[in-house]
This record gives sequence, structure tokens and C-alpha cells, in this order.
Amino acid sequence: MKKLQKADYIKMYSFMLKIRRFEERAAQLYGMGKIGGFCHLYIGQEAVVVGILMTIDKNDSVVTTYRDHGHMIARGLDPKRIMAELTGREDGYSAGKGGSMHMFSKENNFYGGHGIVGAQVPIGTGIAFTHKYNGEKNICRTYIGDGAMNNGQVFEAFNLAALWKLPVLYIIENNKYGMGTSVDRAAAGLDLYKRGEAFGIPGEKVDGMNVFSVIEAADKAGKYVREGNGPYIIEVQTYRYRGHSMSDPAKYRTKEELDNYKQTDPIEIVKAEILKKKIATNDEIEKINKDTLEEIKNAAEFATNSPFPKDSELYTDVYL
Amino acid sequence: MSTEILMPALSPTMTEGNLSKWLIKKGDTVKAGDLIAEIETDKATMEVEAVDEGIVLDLLFKEGEANIPVNKAIAIIGDPNEKVEVKKEIPVEKIIEEKKIEKKIETKIESKKNDIIHTPSPNIEEDANLNSEEITMRQALRDTMAEEMRKDKKVFILGEEVAEYQGAYKVTQDLLQEFGKERVLDTPISEHGFTGLAVGAAFKGLRPILEFMTFNFSMQAIDQIINSAAKTLYMSGGQINCPIVFRGPNGAAAQVAAQHSQDFSSWYSQVPGLKVIAPSTPYNAKGLLRSAISDPNPVIFLENEILYGLKGPVNNDVNFSIPIGKANIEKEGKDLTIVTYSIMLQKSKEAALRLKEEYNLDAEIIDLQTLRPLDTETILNSVKKTNRLITVEESWPFGSVGSEIANIVQRDAFDYLDSPVIKVNSADVPMPYSLSLEKLYLPQVDDIINAAKKVSYIK
Repeated sequence: MKKLQKADYIKMYSFMLKIRRFEERAAQLYGMGKIGGFCHLYIGQEAVVVGILMTIDKNDSVVTTYRDHGHMIARGLDPKRIMAELTGREDGYSAGKGGSMHMFSKENNFYGGHGIVGAQVPIGTGIAFTHKYNGEKNICRTYIGDGAMNNGQVFEAFNLAALWKLPVLYIIENNKYGMGTSVDRAAAGLDLYKRGEAFGIPGEKVDGMNVFSVIEAADKAGKYVREGNGPYIIEVQTYRYRGHSMSDPAKYRTKEELDNYKQTDPIEIVKAEILKKKIATNDEIEKINKDTLEEIKNAAEFATNSPFPKDSELYTDVYL
Repeated sequence: MSTEILMPALSPTMTEGNLSKWLIKKGDTVKAGDLIAEIETDKATMEVEAVDEGIVLDLLFKEGEANIPVNKAIAIIGDPNEKVEVKKEIPVEKIIEEKKIEKKIETKIESKKNDIIHTPSPNIEEDANLNSEEITMRQALRDTMAEEMRKDKKVFILGEEVAEYQGAYKVTQDLLQEFGKERVLDTPISEHGFTGLAVGAAFKGLRPILEFMTFNFSMQAIDQIINSAAKTLYMSGGQINCPIVFRGPNGAAAQVAAQHSQDFSSWYSQVPGLKVIAPSTPYNAKGLLRSAISDPNPVIFLENEILYGLKGPVNNDVNFSIPIGKANIEKEGKDLTIVTYSIMLQKSKEAALRLKEEYNLDAEIIDLQTLRPLDTETILNSVKKTNRLITVEESWPFGSVGSEIANIVQRDAFDYLDSPVIKVNSADVPMPYSLSLEKLYLPQVDDIINAAKKVSYIK
């Protein structure tokens, strides 16, 4: 694995912080009625997508679930336009027609943002099929929630990916709950990473609160897939601080459980490492914090001032 | 005692077979279970076993003889214990002679039927590039896929049994041989998974042709078709299109009952983001499939198993296409309009002939060809001329394509109507198995005639 440079530490910290601030602001706008519908926040899970990001090639493809804001930020997309999609405005990534759960950026190889649990898994497998069909060296990173791991099409996709040796890296974001149902009440067998074993797909479990562990696992798995060995599964153990969506009071878990996870906050871990390694001073960190807050504030400002889509847009983009 | 070995029905839709090879010869002793012949059906070449025992007295058809009707005697075997006597007693030559006469009569009936349903429509007759050699619908579809695959490497085909088996209905015959296993892919029986995979490939820029062995199985994959393929262009604000063709047989086959015989035309036609096509002849199958493969949107291409064997002329120009969204006036008429599609075109044409002969009614027949987007202009213009409309389709009646047409016509041509619109549909029940009930379930020529009489106020 390539040794992490000083700039990498700063990049990780900045991206994770940006995701956190973005989601907090989204929650605020939701409370103000500026964002509607379903809105699933990524707070607590930042180390997963940022860890994976550190190993990605820009021509690799990504497809994920409806908990996608953080994924888009990690992909380097503009928080202003992500927020504008959440507010349903014409500057949003989907021109206000997709919303929180359905955001895409084809030019950045970001294929959504899928609202149906499990549907992105065969789709990501198909994107990987295309990389192989075209003779490209790229891979498709396909994120899966723990809830989808009990969905039939996921296993159909695993079978196809292994059968046809497709360059797909499956990343299970196990945040312990599929909506309000804990994994142990939904899955027979808690080792989700082993669910590819019957198809011969290797898998491993990794601590998703620690970005360094994620990077190490993603690097190894990414190499395996890129070298043409077929699919690989990483199960990342993570935790969402908020409820499933904005309307979820999260009464199915204890306050102690939440507090316990907050003791291993992924952003704090990176920050401590930066200070320990003297990569940046406290003041420099403070500056990043301030700049990030400012950037997200501007994004919210932009998203609430962007115009609503024109009425004529109702009938566009149905057919090409 | 002698026993006739009959041409067996080896598939639900087989009406005749070709005798590829005899595995026995005159004078052989056969036991039950022995292989006696290779028969080519509408789907595959299969070996046939003897059920009875005896000495082969005669083979009534030569190897290579084609189109032998099901249940026709193809060989005669005799009781081994009465071998010599039987041979003398049975006037084999006479039997053969009778069989030949029977065959002639049947051929006559067959050709008359063909005259009815093969009358080319006006637009085909005007086609200067018409190839006079008739081919089957199955071959027309196959050829078009091969032509498009030669043009564009992004086009590939996947589905159950499309490659090594050569297609469950032989529609993908020889594609594996020409294009290889990278572009002709056998999938496991996992519609949900491989449909999602194909949709992902289309998002990423490939142009998959996905064969459902029948559209009944598309229900396993309906989420990927509706929620992923049809909606993503819209949900992505126009960024991600899905150039994919979902094709395969739709509607009733023959006695395969409720789960394997149903028509999904109105289901899919309801969905914005999908285009829906239902060809009725080899000619339009070719032109429409080409348009479907080159279209940048998801297209549902509803074939019909019974029509796979239908022969007709085609246009062999590799760029010949029929635009999506354009209906065809199959036959002009002045007294009433029959709007139909897919297999019901054939029945509508038979009905039109009888309406002319028996009631002197001159029916105009519109073959929709595309169900979504619907060619409302052609329908409305016809109704404005004839003032009477019936719709004929195989789907269930509730919320069918005909229901939408009735709505459009009452809204946009109300003053032109001289009678209420009448819809002819299948019965509003699951498809029964029994031959007699199946016939009752499906719209028949008499149903069309009765509807035509009703809109014309003929008792």
C-alpha cells in the first residue's frame, strides 16, 4: 500500500468534516421545511466512504444506496448542487427531479443514489460488466446497506459477478440497523461478509469507525478486483448517529449505545492522528473547521436561492 | 395387428414437424423406448422414442420431408408374433395412398388459411425493396439482431438459453457461433439479477438486448424495469439514459395455463419512460426491432410465440426500419374501424373477410405496431371516416390499451361516433389450462364479428 502523505491526512479530515457539516445543515433545512420527502443522513459513517475514496481511480465507477449525500461529497461533487437537489431546485444534480435519494453525476462516474433497497447491487454489477466488456482496467464500487443483505437480487448479483469474474467491489455498510430492525433480528448469521462464500467471493470485516482500517482493506480488495480476480466483499462495521431518516426517533436503540459509538468518532480519530503526527497545528485545524462551515453555509444559501424548476420541466427527460 | 407411429407434438405450439432423420429402417425390430427418429420442431431437433413394439413394416415419409402435421402416421409397425402374416394382410400401399390423399386435403386447407392471413398490407406491397422470399417471424427477429450486432459492438444479447441452447424458441439461433460468448450470454435463471445487471450496463453505455424466455418471467424483474430502467433518465435530470431492449414472447402460448400465458401489453404501456412495441408480421418485426435496438430509451418488445412460425415477405435492407409510434393501416375500409395489434391482427383480418362476405361491411384495420407512444392521429382519422370503432386485443379488459383508445376517441372524436366503442378482450379470469376453456378465454373471430355487428346495429 502506498504510504499516506501529509496532504492525504488533511484531505481525509476535510472530506469527513465536510460531510458532517453538510448533513447537519441538511437536517436544519429539513426542519425548516426547505427539504422535503425522505432524507437519510450519513453522520457517523463518514470514515467508510472517505476511506474508500483514498484508494479510488477517477475512472472507477460508483453506485450506492439512498444514503448518498456523503458519497457524492466524497466523489468531489459540489455541495452547492447536492444541497440544491435536496431543496428540489433547478441547480440540483438531477435538476430537482431526483431529490435526496436519486442523485447522479455521469461525468464523475457516479451512478446514484438508488431508492429501492438492493436494486443498486445488480446495477453496479452491470456497470462492472461494462468495464470488463470494454476492456477497461476500472472497477465498480457497489455499496450495500446491511438491510439489503437479506434481499434476493443481491445474491443473484453475487452469483453473476463470480460466474463472469466481474470487476466489482461490494462494500457492505453495516450500520447495525435496517430502518428500525437491528441486524440480528433480520439476518440469520451475522457475518455478512461471508455471504459470498458459497459463490467463492472472498470477504472481510473491517472497523468502519477508523478510516485507516478502511483504507487498508479497500486498498487490498481494490487491487484484487482490478487484477481481474472477480468480485470481493468488504463489510464495514459502522454506525449512524441519527435515525434511519429524518422522521425516525430511533427508539429501537439505547442512548448508551449511541454514546458508546460517539467515543470512537471517526473524525476525532483522524484529528488526533493529525495532531499526534504534527501534520497540522490546532490553529490549522481550526481554520479547516471554519472554512468548511462557511462552505456549507454558502451551499445552503445557494440551495435555498436557486429557482424551482420551470413548469415545462415536468415533461422533459422522460425520453431521450 | 399393426400400429401407426404418429408425428408427435413435442412442444405446446408445434403443429407440424420435419423428419430430420430415421434411426430405424424397414424390417427392424423396435422395442418400447428405442429411439426411432429425429424430429425438428418449431423449437428444436429432438429424438423420438417408440412407445409400442413390433417390426417396422414401413416408413411413410422420407428423411428430410418437412411440414408433416402432428398426429399424422409416419411409420407402421406390426406385431412381432404375427410378423409374416401381418405383412401380407396389411395393404400398406393402400394406407400410404390414403395418407397421401389426406395430406393433400390438409395442405389445401392450410394454404387457404394462409391466403387469408398472408394478404400483404398496402404498405408492404408498395415497398420496392420487398424480398419475395418469405421468412418466419423468428428468422426476421434473429436476422435483425445479427445485423445490428454486426454494426455496433455495444449491442449484445443476454438471457436464459440464448447461447448454447440456441434460444428457447430458436430466436437467437447461430448468434453464439457468429458473435461468441462475450456478446451472447447465457444467464442463470435469475431474472431480477440479470435484468438489473443489463440495466447497469445500459446506464454505462452498452446496448443490451435482454431476452425474457417469456414475458411472464419479467415479473421477477419488474422492479428493475420500472424503477430503474424507466425512471433513471428523469430522476437524473436527463443525465443517464438506458438504451436497452427487453424482448421475448408475450401473451398466450398453447395450453400452458395461467402463469405462462398472459398479456402484459397494458401493464408496460402504462409506464412513462418505456416504449412498447408489439409486432404482428415478419415485415414489421424486422423494421420495428431495428428501431428498438437503435433507440436510446428502454423498449419493451412484445413478441408472440404463436406468431414465431408465421411466414411473410420482409425488406432485407440492413437499414430498413419502421418508426416507433406509427400505426399501420393494414386494410382500408369505410364502414367501421378495427384497432388491434400483435396476434389479434390475424384474427381481425379473418373477421374482416367474413364481415365483407356475410354482412357487406367494409372494415378498416389499424395495426398499432407501437403501443406507447400511441399513434392517436391514425386512430382518430380513421374513426372520423368510419364513425364506428372496435378494439381487439388479447389482454385482460380492465384498463387495457383498448380502454385508453376508447377514452381518447370519446374525448377527441365524440361528435363523429355513431355508436359506442366496443372492446374485444380476453375473459377477465386467469388463463385456464383446458383446450376448450382456453379457446373460450381468448378473443375469437366470432367475437370480433359480433362486436362489429353491434357497432353497426346489425342484429
